[in-house]
Amino acid sequence: MQLGSIFLLALLEGLASASVLALTACGLSLVFGIMRVVNVAHGEFFMLGAVLAWFTASLIPGPPALAFAVALVVCPLIVGAIAALADMLVLKRLNYEPEATIVATIGLLYILQQGALTVFGPNALPVPAPVDFRFQFPGFGYSGYKIAVIVAAVLLLLGLWLILTRTRIGLVMRATQIDRATARAFGINVDRVYAGVFAMGAGLAAIAAVLIVPIQQAHYLMGADPLLLSFSVVIIGGLGSLRGTVVAALLIGMVDQMIPIFMPVVFPAYGAWFTPTLAKIMATLVVALVLVFRPQGLFGKRAA
Amino acid sequence: MRDKRSLILHLAVLAALLAALPLLSAYHVTNVAKIMVLAVYAMGYNIAFGYTGLLSLGHAMFFAAGLYAAGMGISLFGLSAVGALVLGPVAGGLAATLVGLLALRTAGVAFMIVTLMFAQAGYLTILYFVRYTRGDEGIVIARATRAIGSVDLSADTPRYLLAFGIFALALLLNLALVRSPFGRIMVAMRENEARSRMLGYNPYTVKLTALAVSGVYAGAAGAAYAVLFGYVGASLASVQYSILPLLYVLLGGAGTVLGPFLGALLMFYLIDYASSATSAYLFIVGAALILLVLFAPKGILGTLRERHARWLP
Repeated sequence: MQLGSIFLLALLEGLASASVLALTACGLSLVFGIMRVVNVAHGEFFMLGAVLAWFTASLIPGPPALAFAVALVVCPLIVGAIAALADMLVLKRLNYEPEATIVATIGLLYILQQGALTVFGPNALPVPAPVDFRFQFPGFGYSGYKIAVIVAAVLLLLGLWLILTRTRIGLVMRATQIDRATARAFGINVDRVYAGVFAMGAGLAAIAAVLIVPIQQAHYLMGADPLLLSFSVVIIGGLGSLRGTVVAALLIGMVDQMIPIFMPVVFPAYGAWFTPTLAKIMATLVVALVLVFRPQGLFGKRAA
Repeated sequence: MRDKRSLILHLAVLAALLAALPLLSAYHVTNVAKIMVLAVYAMGYNIAFGYTGLLSLGHAMFFAAGLYAAGMGISLFGLSAVGALVLGPVAGGLAATLVGLLALRTAGVAFMIVTLMFAQAGYLTILYFVRYTRGDEGIVIARATRAIGSVDLSADTPRYLLAFGIFALALLLNLALVRSPFGRIMVAMRENEARSRMLGYNPYTVKLTALAVSGVYAGAAGAAYAVLFGYVGASLASVQYSILPLLYVLLGGAGTVLGPFLGALLMFYLIDYASSATSAYLFIVGAALILLVLFAPKGILGTLRERHARWLP
């Protein structure tokens, strides 16, 4: 393959992974930004979305595209409902006290993970892709589905941005974010906003998971990676800033995908000692150090 | 009077544990020995979380530092069991100090995430150096090396006694620490950092010291685990092992000296009982975490202290 083709392939792989990551991380960022809740169970909402997508696909006969379309609508709704329930039953009663909510969401993580294991078993569950065609690029063919994922993610992010900035719901959410007490004084039902935001955050993770599941099978332990990556994205992008989150997701998703494709070409000794584990160690340390030395994120403004 | 009463209580608990040895079956002797080691770990966690208010999600790293210092010291460098038990706390304290130097620049939620990230990096580092650590598979320490003189530490009774000795030392030191002036400063930091600062205490050094002590405890527990149970594996450095002491402390009572032991004892047998019925024991862990923060955030001994026994340290 020509270097140009490799570059294009790496770019596409990076974009596909970055777009799904952006959706997942935006869910986490939304919840943190508006509710000030660090949701450790976010990865499990992602996992639930994927596993439920498999379940939906296995229930509905006929063309995979139909089952997939149903999953894309139903799964985020179910996951969102579970999240709203968790918010009303647990988080609300804790008064969103930061440390207690983290401990509670850790508990939620274990419960959801074991729940999925008990109900759906330990096997990886495949979901057929709804579309099956390949784009022919110079030098290589590329999965049409992955390109559809990129387009879908961009549309969803655009939709999220429109909801937040152009609708009454978004206005209410932003008002709650800026000042909970004043929002309540103006007759906003803050409890309902919080439950809705938590559900929306979980729903975004679930949509991302449904999109990814034809590429990567569903499994009850799959929540850990998206959780850590989303955390990294949200921290690098600046806690609670959606724009920063999207930029950081692009950056991290691209780097994550492009390094393993590019480095062996440019640097043949790559892989002997520079394994994915070493890359993960370095990435984790970078994120921790960003949080220590630049808590507002690389793109955020210093918090007022 | 108050001091005497609490000292008697703690000595009575220790005496009961020693008296229990001939009464317990071999199965429970092993279990209680393990519980005492885990309780030392939880006591360390409690010094940071319960007394100083530092909610860390990265203590597995300090536990693993002791664990691997002892395990690799014995299996790769021919260290003696006693040497390993000394090296463990040093390694744990060192790891905690290094992490603390950076992580304590943050507070609250950021502190939790930073400690979590550092511990995750530590866990991945163990996996990366798989040639020396043997990764997930872990190191099994030869029985012959797990001995002090001619006493075989892998036999039930000596193992119980050594675990008891380490536990008793840790418990009494913990009691002395929280009654000392420094113990009061730790609590002051937890209750009102701004006011403590105004009174002339440097929050950074106080917290760093508390975290280092906490790391020494975790490292000691890790080394004891390696020497007494002969297994050192990456799973013991995973996030789950940062959550476990938190769970024990929350159950037993944060900021009480006996709470970590009580929590470890109850949780260990709850999980033991549950896993005979179902493989989904993590379900219990999750449910316990949520129920505790919802309905009993002070834990068993914390609630008891609030209602009946204000003298409980």
